[in-house]
Amino acid sequence: MKRVGVFVCHCGTNIAGVVDVARVAEESRDFPGVEYAADYKYMCSEPGQDLIIKAIKEHKLDRIVVAACSPRMHENTFRKCIEKAGINGYFVEIANIREHCSWVHTTEKEKATEKAIDLVRMAVAKAIKDAPLQKATIPVTDRALIIGGGIAGIQAAIDLANAGHVVDIVEKGPSIGGKMAQIDKTFPTLDCSACILTPKMVEASGHPNINLLTYSEIEKVEGYVGNFNVTIKKKARSVRMDVCTGCGICTEKCPIKTESEFELGMSQRRVIYTPFPQAIPNKPVIDRTKCTFFKNGKCGICSRVCAANAIDFEQQDEFLVEKYGAIIVATGFELFDYSVYGEYGYGKYPDVITGLQFERLVNASGPTAGKIKRPSDHQEPKNVVFIKCVGSRDIAKGKSYCSKTCCMYTAKHATLVSEKIKDAKVYIFYMDVRTAGKGYDEFYNRTRENYNANYIRGRVSKIYQSGDKLIVRGEDTLISQPVEIEADLVVLATAMVPQLDAAALAQRIGIGYDKDLWYTEAHPKLAPVETHSQGIYLAGTCQGPKDIPETVAQASAAAAKACGLLSKTEMLTEPIVSAVDEKTCAGCGLCVPICPYKAIDMKAIQERVQGITIERKVADVNSSLCQGCGACTVACRSASIGLKHFTDEQILAEVNALCL
Amino acid sequence: MRYAYYPGCSLSSTGQEYDMSTKEIAEILDIELWEIPGWNCCGASSAHLTDHLLSLALPARNMAIAEKEGLDVLIPCAACYARSKAAELAVKESKEMRTAIEETIERPYEGRAKAKSILDVLANDIDIEKIKENIDTPLKGIKAACYYGCLLVRPKAVRFDDPEDPQSMDKVIQTLGGESVDWAFKTECCGASHATTKGIVGLPMIERILIAAKEAGANCVVTACPMCMNNLDMRQEQIEKEKNYLLDLPVFYITELMGLAFGVEPKELGIDRHFKDALTLVNDILEEGGRTL
Repeated sequence: MKRVGVFVCHCGTNIAGVVDVARVAEESRDFPGVEYAADYKYMCSEPGQDLIIKAIKEHKLDRIVVAACSPRMHENTFRKCIEKAGINGYFVEIANIREHCSWVHTTEKEKATEKAIDLVRMAVAKAIKDAPLQKATIPVTDRALIIGGGIAGIQAAIDLANAGHVVDIVEKGPSIGGKMAQIDKTFPTLDCSACILTPKMVEASGHPNINLLTYSEIEKVEGYVGNFNVTIKKKARSVRMDVCTGCGICTEKCPIKTESEFELGMSQRRVIYTPFPQAIPNKPVIDRTKCTFFKNGKCGICSRVCAANAIDFEQQDEFLVEKYGAIIVATGFELFDYSVYGEYGYGKYPDVITGLQFERLVNASGPTAGKIKRPSDHQEPKNVVFIKCVGSRDIAKGKSYCSKTCCMYTAKHATLVSEKIKDAKVYIFYMDVRTAGKGYDEFYNRTRENYNANYIRGRVSKIYQSGDKLIVRGEDTLISQPVEIEADLVVLATAMVPQLDAAALAQRIGIGYDKDLWYTEAHPKLAPVETHSQGIYLAGTCQGPKDIPETVAQASAAAAKACGLLSKTEMLTEPIVSAVDEKTCAGCGLCVPICPYKAIDMKAIQERVQGITIERKVADVNSSLCQGCGACTVACRSASIGLKHFTDEQILAEVNALCL
Repeated sequence: MRYAYYPGCSLSSTGQEYDMSTKEIAEILDIELWEIPGWNCCGASSAHLTDHLLSLALPARNMAIAEKEGLDVLIPCAACYARSKAAELAVKESKEMRTAIEETIERPYEGRAKAKSILDVLANDIDIEKIKENIDTPLKGIKAACYYGCLLVRPKAVRFDDPEDPQSMDKVIQTLGGESVDWAFKTECCGASHATTKGIVGLPMIERILIAAKEAGANCVVTACPMCMNNLDMRQEQIEKEKNYLLDLPVFYITELMGLAFGVEPKELGIDRHFKDALTLVNDILEEGGRTL
């Protein structure tokens, strides 16, 4: 017969203000199996824990029920506490009488007390059936994978590498650097983006612990925390990295031009190219979709001019399978396609551009060598209109969220226009100005006061072309008057959106994403860089809109988490996982597709039936991958798969305790 | 093809030529129009400012009569179309609203009879070949600023075309052999009754549309709304006098231009009834096709 101890917590007045805790303890003494019950002001405090340990010893208790807050808060505390008293940590059950009871029934004290008693009754019934569980260990591979070579990926890689871990950065583009490489100046200091980014790029590329796999993509992720097996596709570069000297003659001589992605369509690049002058690696790739040699076998000039014989038209995509202990996802963002806005011309007007295009227009290495010239006729604009929240905070045509960075970069753009174009007039249409951040509001105020930026609170209803001007019509809602501005250039602060392939990649990696396809963190406050898949962490804008400082901070945080994992040679695993009863498992396989963590496979077993050895298939749970969600137990038709610590028997015992 | 026909008040008063031309082309395109017997006001403007239920019940009664006949309703006037479509969607969306409407109009209406703008019918329901085979005088020389106005393609729920840059009328004009210009004022508000009640607000709205059409290189404006026609056609001379310049943009109903292309005499289409001279441009088109006024 099990001897159960019940410990009811007051949590100050959090629980005791509503629930009659003394009565809960009193009544629980009559429950079957309960040997001892007590209430105390703060069970989680040291004296509270001592009370439990003392009671275990004095009353020879072997199952403990703590009626207190959510198990998410202190289940671990009490597990460790009873282990100190010499019993298995999994012999503790938490009855949540705070979040599930006192907090939600503040006005019904009597009923809340009765509910608390019922919750304890159920926990006691379950505790009696608790089985001892032991944590197992799994080995950890000391190597990290970082997906995405923007500032988030670079920062995380450097931090991990400096801590002594080997890191591979997989970047889909030909160079690392990401969006930050396209940005001209950074707020609120107006220092040059490339000037602070390129040293980091160089540091990453030269670091003995960092391997760059550019022009590469993630093909498949298998395995589990500490032991991921990742297949990486190294796309054929058509240039041999080992012999190419990066002299650039091939690019110079290439006769075919196409739109430059890096310059956002505002200038052209060659078909054999490096995306920008400071690219790392500074070795070109051939864009096979545009190259005439790949289309019809004609040209091949690059190959003829290359002194190093580095051009290799025959090169094939290569597939590597590498083993990693941790993965950091840092895939970044894209910009909202504003062509859904008919009122802004559906993307038809050449002088309506995005903020990122504007970054290229003011950048010294951009298509206009840093002189702000509008795309249509290359004239210097005098009247520049900025429109914020294009796609952000718009549930009708765009996204419901705030993109967070636009208020600041628009203020930055306004100062850059004023600095570069004398007598320029700047108008900024805004919904709200949100400039929380160190030195941010000061920057915004300076933009208004020292740079004469005209902030107009209101939305733009229409932009149309009239001659060589763009007429911007909107409303100034502070004075309730329509406004009309003759603009030479209109810059849209388009929303940040996830990468186009964000959902597909998340499914391949096995992490979650929200309705907008941002990757979801394990807990919005207390686990902001972890995912629900152990060993996989998030950094940067793949998790949601953020600026450079925040991205870098999150990247370092993700690196710290990964360090914590990689610094061990082996790790403990949670024993609350599914287990298969092979005797009754019919091998139907229903549990396999239902598992969100890809933890279940089918395996063949041999058994002797009436003297004959037969082979049949049964489900097999990889306990390192299993996160204990229990989805498989619901799907199993013969109840052959069960979740330890939450067995059918235990759940039914709770139901019986409540209902019978 | 058979439709219930709801002309509404405009088509029997200020927009008679819209009624005349609609009937002319319907006959040529083998569209039978069954005018809703005893039709009532669609309630536009006044009813929805007065009472929500009234604003839906009024058009719903017309729609209910058509539903009993098993017909969709062809509605030339854009305001009538918008109100009737609102009623159709209201009964489809809410059971409670349907019950309230049915009790008010004392007859059933499930929303099976659909409100159809004539532009929607011409652009989407009629086989394009059917239109082509009836062309007698292609609209060569027409450079139309297709003007849809505010009600035809908005709000999103009633739309049969893009609410910011609609194309259906442009498509019809091109099918008829004319050109349509690309311009940014297709769905701009014409000011509705403001031109009458508050000229200082209304007239600049009309002026802006006409100037934009002119700047886009159009030689006429085409509409599918009697209110827009009134404002752009009747008020044009007033604006020209006040501003002391010539806009000189004849305004047509889409049905008039189609009738013209089908070989119907301009008078039978009511084109001679316009305030702004339209016959000069029409004569050019006809001469190009070997006809005269």
